[in-house]
Amino acid sequence: MPLLEVNDLRTWFYTRNGTVRAVDGVSFHVEPGETLGIVGESGSGKSVANLSYLGLIPSPPGKIVSGSAHFDGLDLVKAPAGVLRSIRGKRISMIFQDPMTALNPYMTVGNQVMEPLLVHEEVARSEAAERAGQMLDAVGLQDASGEEAHMRAYPHQLSGGMRQRVMIAMALVTNPQLLVADEPTTALDVTVQAQILALIKKMQERLGTAVILITHNLGVIAGTCDRVVVMYAGRIMESAPTRELFYSPRHPYTRALMDSMPSAKSPGEDLYTIPGLPPELTSEIVGCPFAPRCAHAVDACRQRPAVLKPVGPEHQTACTRVQEGGL
Amino acid sequence: MPDTMQTGDVTATGDPARPEKGTSLWKDALHRLAKNRLAVGGAVFLAMLGVIALATPWIAPYVYDAQDLKLGASAPSADHWLGTDRLGRDLLTRILYGGRISLMVGFAATGVSLLVGVLYGAIAGYTGGRTDSVMMRTVDIMYALPFTIFVVILMVFFGRNMMLLFLAIGAVQWLTMARIVRGQVMSLKQADFVDAAVVLGYSRRRIITRHIIPNVLGPVIVYTTLTIPNVMLLEAFLSFLGLGVQPPMSSWGVLIKEGADVMEEYPWMLLFPSLALSATLFALNFLGDGLRDALDPRAAKD
Repeated sequence: MPLLEVNDLRTWFYTRNGTVRAVDGVSFHVEPGETLGIVGESGSGKSVANLSYLGLIPSPPGKIVSGSAHFDGLDLVKAPAGVLRSIRGKRISMIFQDPMTALNPYMTVGNQVMEPLLVHEEVARSEAAERAGQMLDAVGLQDASGEEAHMRAYPHQLSGGMRQRVMIAMALVTNPQLLVADEPTTALDVTVQAQILALIKKMQERLGTAVILITHNLGVIAGTCDRVVVMYAGRIMESAPTRELFYSPRHPYTRALMDSMPSAKSPGEDLYTIPGLPPELTSEIVGCPFAPRCAHAVDACRQRPAVLKPVGPEHQTACTRVQEGGL
Repeated sequence: MPDTMQTGDVTATGDPARPEKGTSLWKDALHRLAKNRLAVGGAVFLAMLGVIALATPWIAPYVYDAQDLKLGASAPSADHWLGTDRLGRDLLTRILYGGRISLMVGFAATGVSLLVGVLYGAIAGYTGGRTDSVMMRTVDIMYALPFTIFVVILMVFFGRNMMLLFLAIGAVQWLTMARIVRGQVMSLKQADFVDAAVVLGYSRRRIITRHIIPNVLGPVIVYTTLTIPNVMLLEAFLSFLGLGVQPPMSSWGVLIKEGADVMEEYPWMLLFPSLALSATLFALNFLGDGLRDALDPRAAKD
């Protein structure tokens, strides 16, 4: 049984300029202990989809129009705010893109890592301090002077990579079943990125946490994820195990993304770019949202709704031409 | 008495149940404050002032309304160290007694404005939307009420007493505090670490008291050090209108007012009360600056 099963989720924003269909019929699932990658460009709805079932969409203007998100048998979309709050930070945690601003500048690192324990497990302060210390050790916050100096440090005394380690410690200190990592390495140096990804992997193996890794970086996906979901314009274009997605991408959008990776070209060659821009989400898109930019689109693509259908074991694509064997 | 940790009371009362009493922010701040000589000097001066104010009935050289009409206004002398006023009342005694009133008004009214203003502003700013609109329009309406009329109405309805004076002044001062705090909170609400706190499932109350209020303490402290002298002067104004302290009782504001009227003939009547007020305000400002720096971990040099 999947740990999290999101079904036909639609999150729309009712703005002055019209209704933005940020997430429009998204379904995916996460098995216990696995890593699911969600990849897509800016504005594809990958963050909004995950914030939705955690109850973190500002409302108004945002609203979950339809869909469900079953976490361990409980539909998070229908769950009252109090129940959601007891799940967030305890059974589902999240880490953010920018560790420079995601820590409270007025609280010591130790207090911030202890706080989830004090709130959710109501343990004694001494026990929380001990577990926070162990967690900081586990995420590799080097303790130069002995004497728990890292517990007493303030965020401004730490580098970006160290702060992201603190964020990971905060998110994992309560031993959650699911960790949602929203672009956890985007704001970091390349060398630190690799360390942080390795750390998430290590902690995941140690604690058995399932991870949803949201990113726009295919390289990050390739190195860490078991399965990948490709999102575009608020919908899922393709979903497959990582190896299969990289070796035999089926959807033209996924293939275009692969071609856009600099490593796909030899030095000196022009980089490939997808022509055109992502569609406006304020009007309803009838056919395939990628059709206007797709090299393989036919008239039918613009008229028939594109629905995710299996094209292999565990491999689904929303391209009707692929489904019909035309590509 | 003038407590050195005025601002500390606000967060502490905001969350009485918190288990981590004396968080390291406060411990660290105290540690850093102790290194700031000007701030420590200010705190010591204010503490002494507090002790003197409490002990005034026993240490004052004269009775505060004892007149010596034959003496009249006399310059400082061995009998009357700071001189006397036109009714021959000892100025030192009157400054000591006046200080009690001024300090009480200053700290009590500022305390009221701090407590109400910070909580009100934080709630309005954090909740946002319609609640915020209603709360802030209420503040606008109260701003528009002329202060004097407001106080006169209060006094007419409830009779004249000291507590009401504190309340009336506090009720006016908290409006600006609420606006300042609301603005700060609204920008903090967008901060990633507040989002992170929401994501981690913390309650709204915990987020406000533990994550937002400590981050607005800097501007709050600065504004508080500006409020205290303001309040003392407001009291003098009210007393002048006959709504505040009644003769023969006095306050620094009243003494300065009296002294200013006769400063060409009897300069000491203006000089000494002004010195007392200025010294207190200096001490407050040094302490306020020190507290602001001490409470910001990023300002720490070590």
